[in-house]
Amino acid sequence: MAPDTRTISLTVNGQPHVAQAEPRRLLVDFLREDLGLTGTHIGCEHGVCGTCTVLLNGASIRSCITLAVQADGASIDTVEGLAQGGEMHPLQDEFSEKQGLQCGYCTPGMLMRACEILARNPDPTAAQVREAIASNLCRCTGYQFIIEAVIAAAARMRATQEVAP
Amino acid sequence: MKPPPFAYAAPTTLEEAVGLLTEHAEAEPRVLAGGQSLIPLMNFRLAKPGYLVDLRNVAGLSGIRRDGDILVIGAMTRMSEVERSPEVAVAAPLLAEAIGLVAHAPVRNSGTVGGSLAHADPAAELPAVALALDAELVAAGPGGTRVIPAAGFFQGPYSTALAPDEILTEIRLPVWPGGHAFTEFSRVHANFAVVAVAALVELDGDSDWIRRAALALAGVAPTPVRAVSAERALAGASGDAETIRAAADAAAADLSPAGDLHASPETRRGLARTYLRRAIELAVSRARNER
Repeated sequence: MAPDTRTISLTVNGQPHVAQAEPRRLLVDFLREDLGLTGTHIGCEHGVCGTCTVLLNGASIRSCITLAVQADGASIDTVEGLAQGGEMHPLQDEFSEKQGLQCGYCTPGMLMRACEILARNPDPTAAQVREAIASNLCRCTGYQFIIEAVIAAAARMRATQEVAP
Repeated sequence: MKPPPFAYAAPTTLEEAVGLLTEHAEAEPRVLAGGQSLIPLMNFRLAKPGYLVDLRNVAGLSGIRRDGDILVIGAMTRMSEVERSPEVAVAAPLLAEAIGLVAHAPVRNSGTVGGSLAHADPAAELPAVALALDAELVAAGPGGTRVIPAAGFFQGPYSTALAPDEILTEIRLPVWPGGHAFTEFSRVHANFAVVAVAALVELDGDSDWIRRAALALAGVAPTPVRAVSAERALAGASGDAETIRAAADAAAADLSPAGDLHASPETRRGLARTYLRRAIELAVSRARNER
């Protein structure tokens, strides 16, 4: 018997998508396998490590403990949507500039989490960033550089009034 | 690490949702709220519901409103909304303080107040808040709705008074006229608490005498529990350090917590004593400062 599938209509990085998925399909697998957006990584698969973080209607969520059907009708932003017209997003640029990425595994989740942090507070202190990224694990333990990158990107985004997605 | 197959529906009315739970009873259906506890359990195959009834499209289950001396929170209200609500900060600051300690912000963006209460983890923060405030939990079932006092709601680890075909719809929190504090010990920030304490203190008029106290602990028993002997010791007493210490000692002596790999029974009892004392002291000082 063919598995029961649902039609899921959602917007990803501004593009509308309609796809079929089983109810048990995790949002992270839907993005990676069904839409081919492999920028979002899979880590612990039980909501602890944060590497699968994406934005759902602007709020950072764990896509490994979210079903794709729960995102039906939603607007999703992933790391693939950050660069615009070949230009890196200030967060990506500063992660590179400040050595905020080492092995790169946590980076997509860190970037998307940072988007929400700066959308809620465009001028955070280092302590605020440190606490806010506690949701995401970096096993290279490069947190200090990540914090510096977020602070530097925040300053650039305030200056140019660029807004996170 | 992927959920097993299940049938799924996202009804738009409460009646329909309750009907699906009744109709698919043999599939051991579960209600899906934010999924932040249920989906990890399904990923681990520790939970294998044959049917999920997703409440996200059911109208009227989300929102925060004041009803006289009661703060009413819809079961599907996301924790992050409660955390940022000016209304909650005024009417139920204990809840706002506790929610800041629930997991990390991205989990609170999806996780719901009703989901946490219905999941009933014995170390979770929100059940202790509900118990301390004598909250009322409203459930809808095939026969209509009923109100369950928090004192009778939590029945064991992950076990509540909700029948398999009942859905938690809202929580009603009485506004507490006094000071509050929520304190907890956890090994790592945002982990489940080893021991958590919800404390509420009301002073008698302009005096430093305590009129009444309400204290609840999580992590020390199969359900959250009230620290009854400490409440009795504080009622009518002065809020001085010695009285508070004696009250916390008396409450800790009543506990017989189980040990696990996080903490032995003795450690838990010791943590309960320390965190009770700190929570009561903070609640008393806030009660003084805020009047």
